[in-house]
Amino acid sequence: MKDSNVNGTLQIARTQEMIYELRVQQAMTKQVITVEPENTMADVSRVLGENRHSGMPVMKGEEMVGIVSVEDLVRSFREGNSSQPVKQWMSKNVTTLYADEPLVHAVQKFERHGYGRFPVIDRKTKRLVGILTKVDIIRCLLQHLEIDFQDLEIRRYIPREWFSELDCDRATLSLRYHIDGANFEKAGEVSSKLKRNLQTLGLAPDVVRRIAIASFEAELNLVIFTEGGELAARVEPGRVTVTVVDNGPGIPDVELAMQPGYSTAPDWVRELGFGAGMGLPNIKNCTNELKLESKVGEGTKLQFTVFT
Amino acid sequence: MKLREIIETLQATIVVNSHDQEMAVELACGSDLMSDVLSRLKPDALLLTGLITPQSVYTAEMADVRVVCYVRGKKPEAETVRLAEERGLVLLSTTLPMYESCGRLYRKGLKGVSET
Ligand SMILES: Nc1ncnc2c1ncn2[C@@H]1O[C@H](COP(=O)(O)OP(=O)(O)OP(=O)(O)O)[C@@H](O)[C@H]1O
Ligand SMILES: [Mg+2]
Repeated sequence: MKDSNVNGTLQIARTQEMIYELRVQQAMTKQVITVEPENTMADVSRVLGENRHSGMPVMKGEEMVGIVSVEDLVRSFREGNSSQPVKQWMSKNVTTLYADEPLVHAVQKFERHGYGRFPVIDRKTKRLVGILTKVDIIRCLLQHLEIDFQDLEIRRYIPREWFSELDCDRATLSLRYHIDGANFEKAGEVSSKLKRNLQTLGLAPDVVRRIAIASFEAELNLVIFTEGGELAARVEPGRVTVTVVDNGPGIPDVELAMQPGYSTAPDWVRELGFGAGMGLPNIKNCTNELKLESKVGEGTKLQFTVFT
Repeated sequence: MKLREIIETLQATIVVNSHDQEMAVELACGSDLMSDVLSRLKPDALLLTGLITPQSVYTAEMADVRVVCYVRGKKPEAETVRLAEERGLVLLSTTLPMYESCGRLYRKGLKGVSET
């Protein structure tokens, strides 16, 4: 019971946030049923009846010249007759909304004016682009709450939990990727994929970010300095370990390579945005453990761990 | 600072528009060297760069950056645009050089990464 109360409060807070974030254009009905000023009040009665609406804009070509509602209809039946034209009974001062206004403005206008609907106008062209009723607002909020809710459910369901629910003493998930050497066009693709997978696994954003940056730096070093290799990420409770292996040429002085600013990258690499000599230092800063082993002529193995 | 104010301050054109212009950007970082940027970038910063290759988008993606502005009138490559659209990033382009872009934003109160 207590839990559902907390959820209820959360949902209300979220709805309040949403009316600030959502725009009128996201909630409005785009197919607007309209009448012309020369149509009769009998026409109005029929059109409103058929569509179960209680009011609609009056359009002279592209221009909105008024709005006519059930109230006007009742008045015309009482004080006039149904063959009289719409222009005689419509309200000419139309309160409108702009399509790009936040929904909260619409909510305030409904409270203030007590009208059932507001025509929606494009701010630039000043043309009618839709119509907004309270039902539209409620439908839009419900749809977005649903989306939010699904997001929440997915994040809550997939996370590490299923990992720890596996019936074994220790569960490990391994993700392997091949990295092409010298293929600058694709440099970053592997880290991008890895990042998305780690997000799906429900790891904390900061943890994912640090692993992604470190992997990206390692991936680029393989593209720039080697003929390619492999990146493997091992996800297990409490930590993610990434191992990046290539087949050479190897690093002659590992300690020197780790120094901030040290780079052997040629000019063409710098023109492509790399070669600051900050890659390995970045990896060190982003990770909890780092091991770099290299043999000239054989290859390099870089392994780093981020605690989760 | 709002994204809209950044666009106005830099007289920038919008190349990829994935976010509301009322979106808040709290800090910025500028460089043409990606590892240099990655050593300092913070989530949700604005990245100013002259590098228009796909790696500019990958760099932003890795660092949780959502807005990239290309300086010196550079227009991103087609593949860069495609990747940014796919990832929901905002790409801008300004004719101003790097120094002036940073200077104008800083004068308007957009902080650097060392100040936050
Ligand atoms: N896998 C590798 N194989 C061979 N040499 C490497 C490898 N990784 C790094 N190096 C060497 O170590 C140096 C430092 O690497 P680091 O990633 O720190 O800087 P960079 O790649 O030169 O520039 P940046 O990463 O800033 O773009 C490189 O210039 C290169 O000489
Ligand atoms: Mg590097």
